[in-house]
Amino acid sequence: MSEGIAVNGYVSQQELEQSPGYPSQERLQQGPVVVIECPQEIPCNPCEEACPYQAITVGEPITNCPQLHEEKCIGCGVCIAQCPGLAIFLVDLTYSERLAAVAFPYEYLPLPEVGQKVTTVNRAGEPVCEGEVIKVMNAKANDRTPVITVSVPRKYATTVRSISCPGR
Amino acid sequence: MRVVHHPILGDLPKSRKAKIQVDGKEIPAVAGEPIAAAMAAAGIRVHRYTADRKEPRGIFCAIGQCTDCVMTVNAVPNARTCITPVVDGMVVETQHGSGQGKLR
Amino acid sequence: MRAIDLAVVGAGPAGLVAAIEGAKRGCSTVVVDRNPKPGGQLIKQIHKFFGSREHQAGTRGVDIAQRLFREAQALGVTLMLGWDVYDIRPGRLEVVRTSFVELTSDRPAASLHGATKTESISSAKIVLATGAEENAIHFDGWTLPGVMGAGAAQTMINVWRVLPGNRVLMVGSGNVGLIVTYQLLQAGADVAAIVEAASKIGGYGVHAAKVRRAGVPILTTHTVVEARGDSRVTGAVVAQLDASWNPVPGSEKTFDVDTICVATGLRPNTRLASLAGCQLTNSSVLGGWVPIHNNQLETTVPGIYVAGDVSGIEEASTALEEGRLAGISAASSLGKSSACDEEEIRTIDERLRSLRGGPFCQPIQDAKQELVRIGESACPKE
Repeated sequence: MSEGIAVNGYVSQQELEQSPGYPSQERLQQGPVVVIECPQEIPCNPCEEACPYQAITVGEPITNCPQLHEEKCIGCGVCIAQCPGLAIFLVDLTYSERLAAVAFPYEYLPLPEVGQKVTTVNRAGEPVCEGEVIKVMNAKANDRTPVITVSVPRKYATTVRSISCPGR
Repeated sequence: MRVVHHPILGDLPKSRKAKIQVDGKEIPAVAGEPIAAAMAAAGIRVHRYTADRKEPRGIFCAIGQCTDCVMTVNAVPNARTCITPVVDGMVVETQHGSGQGKLR
Repeated sequence: MRAIDLAVVGAGPAGLVAAIEGAKRGCSTVVVDRNPKPGGQLIKQIHKFFGSREHQAGTRGVDIAQRLFREAQALGVTLMLGWDVYDIRPGRLEVVRTSFVELTSDRPAASLHGATKTESISSAKIVLATGAEENAIHFDGWTLPGVMGAGAAQTMINVWRVLPGNRVLMVGSGNVGLIVTYQLLQAGADVAAIVEAASKIGGYGVHAAKVRRAGVPILTTHTVVEARGDSRVTGAVVAQLDASWNPVPGSEKTFDVDTICVATGLRPNTRLASLAGCQLTNSSVLGGWVPIHNNQLETTVPGIYVAGDVSGIEEASTALEEGRLAGISAASSLGKSSACDEEEIRTIDERLRSLRGGPFCQPIQDAKQELVRIGESACPKE
């Protein structure tokens, strides 16, 4: 069981890089890919079935940490809304010359709108930088788990994981 | 305060309204919801006072197990307000101790 | 008086499923629950379940409850909602209408004209699926209005759509504390902090991660020492704990909150099991006193079964499996089995083992095995 998440409530960079759900630096530089931030052994495997490209495996027992097969992941992000723990994110370091795109699940109201400027936050809920909402996906198949994509300066792509809720 | 819009539960559905009295003050309610819900929506948190030390009590478990929320309803004491549905015109009173009233 | 094959106390996941399995095998079945809405704790679980597809992973608890309720109704199960069981003997339940106030008041509702206040149920087999109760912890001011169980807050926001307060201190970082914090945020309340007496967060990291990125601090080695206020909570004092779990003087911090939610564990609701004469044993891992039961979930009183949290605090997914097992066992003992019972029981056992796997659940797996071991000698044999 990992130490960082059990004390801070969020994964440390070390836990992430050691977990099988984290892509290599090489893969991250190639284009959109998911980052699975689930380092504990808990009985859960919907991510495995969610991926249309079999890029995530859990196997038996279902307490195995999810393993990302980065060569199969095309960065479609379908898995993000299927994870009951809301622990999957999409990172695209190649979004533009200056900016990266980060997609995350967001189950609050109000939902932001495309084009809106937002304050992005890190895993500890601390403000990181201003971002722009570039996509809001709320398909019926996601069962009320909207997925928001924001663009941020590339250096923040590994830390931005949500936006601050207005009025909080 | 009522949760009117909710990201998972959606918007509050239309419902039949009711009015109940709590210590002589009329408050709005939704037909069929527990008395404690109508009271919470109206910001009323004290349900009763204990017998010996006269200390205030309110909801603790909210599912009818702990009896911390009991009040006198329509002159009958010890009604668990967290699971007793509201009926239009109900008269609810802050209970003192084990209450005074009709036990049949 | 009703005379039936199977009476189930509790319309939560374990109870509904036990009733469904009994009814499928031809048992005349009644489910009794004091709450006006069926589904037990499921109806407050608005988050997606973990587990695997067979365990309804990815489905929100509240939707599972709906499905089970409809299935039970379709099978002809009688659901007595708003009824409390006040006495129990092997083969017999005495029930009273929960809101009897209506029947005894000066102005009873017209719809209750002629309705009875009490009833007797004679039932060959009884399944107690009475769930759990929330533990309280004692600190100065713990009885003030505004101090409530985390489950209570969850009921108010998710079932009745009412905020019990606006600014909350959550005590306890097990899955209940973490999930209810998240749901309080979704309902529009503010959670000032979660305090956890232990040095590690008790629940799943992914649940903690959701609330941390929403800006809620989790203070490990801290606990609440005082609820401030005269007639209601107006503030909470929190202190750090030393290695012996004593508050460190001078470490006190005051939070401006109007609600303190206590998420310090659940204990099995064994009142009826105890009243019926079932032998209990104490297991801290399972939440306290638990009814001894065998592999078929039968207690030390012949004909009385248990399923769900009453037989040890676990999850909705295990409650569903145990409910299935209890229903099948009860029906089978009446000679009402189905050809695939043996295989179904094997599948249930496998799924329970799988749900109880992993480091979080190993102590529970061990405790349940020990409970059944005692039960195999203490409980009636086939």
